[in-house]
Amino acid sequence: MSDLLFDPWASPFMVRALLALLMVSLVCAVVGSFVVVRGMAFIGEGLAHASFGGVAVAFALGGSIYLGAAVGAVLTALAIGFVSRRAGLKFDTVIGIMFVGAFALGILVMSRQQGYVVDLTSFVFGNVLGVDRGDLVLIAAIGTVVLVLVAAFYKELLFTSYDPTMAAASGLPVAIVQYGLLGLLALTIVIAVKAVGIVLLVAMLVTPAATAQLLVQRLHLMMAVGAVVGVLSSLIGLYLSYHADLSTSAAVVLTATCFFLLAFLFSPRHGLLWPRRPLLGGAPEVG
Amino acid sequence: MASESIDPPPGWGVAPPAIELRDVWAGYNSHAALEGVTFSIERGCLAGLVGPNGSGKSTLLKVILGMHRPWRGDVHIFGQPIQRSRLTLGYMPQLELVDWSFPVTVFEVVMMGRYGRLGPLRRPGRRDREIAQQCLEQVGLADLARRQIGELSGGQQRRVLIARTLAQEPSVLLLDEPFTGVDATGEHDLLHLFNELRAQGKTLLVSTHDLSCVAGSFDHAVCLNRKVIAFGEPRTILTEEVLNATFERHLLLLNVEGKVIAIHE
Repeated sequence: MSDLLFDPWASPFMVRALLALLMVSLVCAVVGSFVVVRGMAFIGEGLAHASFGGVAVAFALGGSIYLGAAVGAVLTALAIGFVSRRAGLKFDTVIGIMFVGAFALGILVMSRQQGYVVDLTSFVFGNVLGVDRGDLVLIAAIGTVVLVLVAAFYKELLFTSYDPTMAAASGLPVAIVQYGLLGLLALTIVIAVKAVGIVLLVAMLVTPAATAQLLVQRLHLMMAVGAVVGVLSSLIGLYLSYHADLSTSAAVVLTATCFFLLAFLFSPRHGLLWPRRPLLGGAPEVG
Repeated sequence: MASESIDPPPGWGVAPPAIELRDVWAGYNSHAALEGVTFSIERGCLAGLVGPNGSGKSTLLKVILGMHRPWRGDVHIFGQPIQRSRLTLGYMPQLELVDWSFPVTVFEVVMMGRYGRLGPLRRPGRRDREIAQQCLEQVGLADLARRQIGELSGGQQRRVLIARTLAQEPSVLLLDEPFTGVDATGEHDLLHLFNELRAQGKTLLVSTHDLSCVAGSFDHAVCLNRKVIAFGEPRTILTEEVLNATFERHLLLLNVEGKVIAIHE
């Protein structure tokens, strides 16, 4: 039994993978809580794919792929905001146009490059077992910046998320806060791409936070519980992938999905298995 | 409670009105929602803003709040331009615009009323919490402070939003459709609260469809249908002619034995 528990950590690459996943799931739970309550899952998905365009261009130019991913995601976020405002098109339409466009640009650039097929799959599907020291430092640095900014501007982020009209009436710079949140989302995507890849990334943002929303009733508790769900999913996913030789990112994401299903079935307030409570039925108080 | 309120600046002799609009034109794209709106409301008045859907009521409130820039015209609050009046104004948006499934408690929502005064990077302190608590007590919801907002009934949700407006410690309150969907008891409670606030010297501008309420309990009425149709004491201005011009085909007026009965479509 103890072998099952301790064997994986004899290999340094497994320890690095664990550290990377723990940091990424913590940041994803915090930013993902905003993504969930504001209904931004589609733009999260979009920015993750768009970052691939930046990655491909960075590859071709021989620059930093992290920087490429960040530039790709941020430019796409700004373009989505700008175009939907000016063209009067629905937000999700513009997201659809922009992210697939940026992704296609990535494919186009990659198709002209020889010998990068392995790196390409690692970005699409994630390669957490290949995380090196430099990656860890970068994830820690960017993650810290994101968490500090969320803590510093928590009340602005909360108010503009909950009631943008009232926030604007109170004199808060709603548009700047919204662009700022998109920037934080782009940074989160950059560090999460290395861990779980573009395709599975949105699950790291949305699933733990949504699981938490079924269990608690305040935004900061949602972040805390989401972080616990994300961390447990990372740990269990890593064990599963080590012992059963499975894709790490898929194992982590599916573990999180299982946590969500458990919460969906057993949540004290929304659970499928309990009778619906009346509106003022004395639900347990939290916090 | 209103110790931090910003008092109107001293004028030369006559105090300026709480709210004053002069020839305000505003709209969206090229479509005019307000055409040359002019009126003023004195300090300590409970004023009704009356008009059908699409008459520009919400736009007018947003212009006063400085959230919607008018094409032309002036808005003054206690004689000051609106840019300098943000902390004097409290606002309650329409109930339908609020996300009730959001993970916040009643207390946190009321606390948001303080955020405009705090500025960036400052967290609410003990005094802010005390004020939020007092505002909840004033609307009779102190017991429900820790509930998630979605667990409240419609009437309670409305009172939460009013408590949040009060937490802004405004001298002037702009309330968008606070009576919609409120039963007779709820309406009575709201009017009682409005009268209390008026007695504290606050000025209220309340947009509503509810004519009987305005006619019975308000000091002033502004009848709006893109233009100001009439403005003044409800008893004098709420005539058949004015109401027909304000509501057009949205309202039927019946004259029964000298009493005018208004029937909404």
